[in-house]
Amino acid sequence: MSTILVQVIVGGLLLGAVYALFSSGLTLIWGMMNIVNFAHGDFVMLGMYVAFVIWTLFGAGPMLGVPVAALLLATLGIVVYFGLIRSIMKGPMLAQILGTFGLALLLRYAAFWWFGANFLSLPENIVGGTFDIFGIRIQASRLLAGVVALLVTGGLHILLTRTSLGSKMLAVAEDSTAAQLMGIRPDTMQAIAWAIAAGVTGIAGALIATFFYIVPTVGETLGIVAFVTVSLGGFGSVPGALVAGLLIGVIESLSAYWIGAVYKDIVVYSLFLSFLWFRPQGLMGKS
Amino acid sequence: MKFKHIIGLLGAAAISVGLAGHASAQQTIKIGAVFPLSGNAASAGNHAKAAIETAVEIINNAHPELGNFPLAKDAGLAGLGGAKVEVVYADNQGSPATGQNQTLRLITEEKVVALTGAYQSGITLTASAIAEKYGIPFVNGESVAANLTERGFKWFFRVTPVASDFAKIYVDFLKDMKAGGAKIDTVALVHDNTEYGTSVASVVTSVFKDSGLATPLDVAYAANATDVQSQVLQLKEKKPDVVIMVTYTSDAILYSKTMQALDYKPPMIIADDSGYSDPSFIKAVGKISQGVFNRSSWSVGPKGSPTALIAEMYKKNSGDEMDDTAARQMQGFFVLCEAINRAGSTDPAKIQAALKATDLKPDQLMIGYKGVKFDDKGQNVLAAGVIIQLQDGENYVAVWPKGSAEKPPVMPYKGW
Repeated sequence: MSTILVQVIVGGLLLGAVYALFSSGLTLIWGMMNIVNFAHGDFVMLGMYVAFVIWTLFGAGPMLGVPVAALLLATLGIVVYFGLIRSIMKGPMLAQILGTFGLALLLRYAAFWWFGANFLSLPENIVGGTFDIFGIRIQASRLLAGVVALLVTGGLHILLTRTSLGSKMLAVAEDSTAAQLMGIRPDTMQAIAWAIAAGVTGIAGALIATFFYIVPTVGETLGIVAFVTVSLGGFGSVPGALVAGLLIGVIESLSAYWIGAVYKDIVVYSLFLSFLWFRPQGLMGKS
Repeated sequence: MKFKHIIGLLGAAAISVGLAGHASAQQTIKIGAVFPLSGNAASAGNHAKAAIETAVEIINNAHPELGNFPLAKDAGLAGLGGAKVEVVYADNQGSPATGQNQTLRLITEEKVVALTGAYQSGITLTASAIAEKYGIPFVNGESVAANLTERGFKWFFRVTPVASDFAKIYVDFLKDMKAGGAKIDTVALVHDNTEYGTSVASVVTSVFKDSGLATPLDVAYAANATDVQSQVLQLKEKKPDVVIMVTYTSDAILYSKTMQALDYKPPMIIADDSGYSDPSFIKAVGKISQGVFNRSSWSVGPKGSPTALIAEMYKKNSGDEMDDTAARQMQGFFVLCEAINRAGSTDPAKIQAALKATDLKPDQLMIGYKGVKFDDKGQNVLAAGVIIQLQDGENYVAVWPKGSAEKPPVMPYKGW
């Protein structure tokens, strides 16, 4: 294999890890309460701006930006749950869709108003530049995002499958009335789920900001990939999102390299649709 | 019900206040401006708005310090008894369909007498079609896709140079650079799949072929990319001597970041304006794009000159330095207002006739064209431009042709 081809695959894997990272929050909400959070991409956007503000105020990189973004977005997640989600969950399906869509627009235009329309960017070397391993270039910022993606996916998986908090959350997801009879408060559990999902999305945003541009509409660009990743991985499956993210990243890179970048979406989406034809629940979703 | 009543009353009150205001105030000339004020090109759209606002400020107030510059000396339009210009902005949201709807709204509801916009060629295409249908003059200052003036339109006027003009400038520039020892045997053309990207790419390709230069390697990609590593690796493998970039701001930033990450420096990059001229591109990644060539028709000029004064006013409005795109938009708007002034009327047909008779000399312009004069298709035949270079990563300087150059071109591309 030529060095360039290895580079394409490595780049695809790192890109895929990032896709997985910003999709895990979406899949969690989906799995927990069957709500599609259309504001997800805009949560990523807010995480990016938090990282930018932290850098302008303190000159600090993701070491500070990531925890602050996680905390702020987790708080926002709780506010959104009690302020919006709790009431629209009782409404019809359409209200749920339009509710989070409205939230997306609110956040996007608030960002326009507060930060302006200009493209922003963190300094290139904020996460220690680029390694060169036998001619393969690996950007430290993307590698960091990839490692965090693995950690977050692993952490969420353990939380959901091995801890009592996770069991309670899943119990609420399965049957909230029955869970309530067992002494679990659905409200608390769902608020926690929103906090975790939004917090993780904040982490994703703060990390993506180290190698991507920052602009109020960036959630639009990234949001679609998150939805595709989650549906390919299986609604609600955190490990599924990881595998799906990596798969999409590598397929995108290879098809862009071999066939041409303008065709890569055709390749990705036709593979995606034909896969769903055979397995509508996604890679690791429950049928 | 009650709520509806209140709304109704408020509406009536607003209308009567509006009417009363109208009767007592001086006549205002309403001009529509369609720009991407939100969406992924919002950065460019908001700079456009600042440019138009600056022009309105110059037109509506007396600015004798701008000398021979048309419409600056007196307050308002002298040809219409000092009438003030009012611009109604509409947001095209980066979508051709929205641009079309907004244009329709400006014409039918806001009753604008003329239009300008719409930044993206693909949206100028749909917006101007509505203006054509309603017989409202549409003056464009910045969209370069060739086909805009090939539709046989009677109400569409374009002030900016077009893709074929710039393609010829690139050819002459490259031949000069070759004479100076640069290699230009292989060329790659990176462009997005929008109206702008595809049309400029096809014009550049055919002009290069006709001029005996190498046929460029075509690297097309979908606009607003999440990742461009594969494209950069393709370039790295093919090793072209010259890379021409035809992209909007978001992708331009991503390309610069990715080129650095993958350690790819072509000997020469020529950017086709748009993304690479956006001030937020320079702020975000100028430092890792040092030495990139670009096209421009704008130059600040010496201190105290009319252009420098205009640039200062623009900076106050936008917070950023004047760039080529904003300057071309502003010039386009001035051309429109100068025609309205000369027409001495708000009748669209008279404005159209005045636009057709436009004959501005270089010293009446704020930009480096040889003048403004429209052909039958509505294209300015005297539009011109120069090659600029981002030498220090912060400011573009004119480097070609020799007559207009502030500094000699520096080779090869330095990057970071």
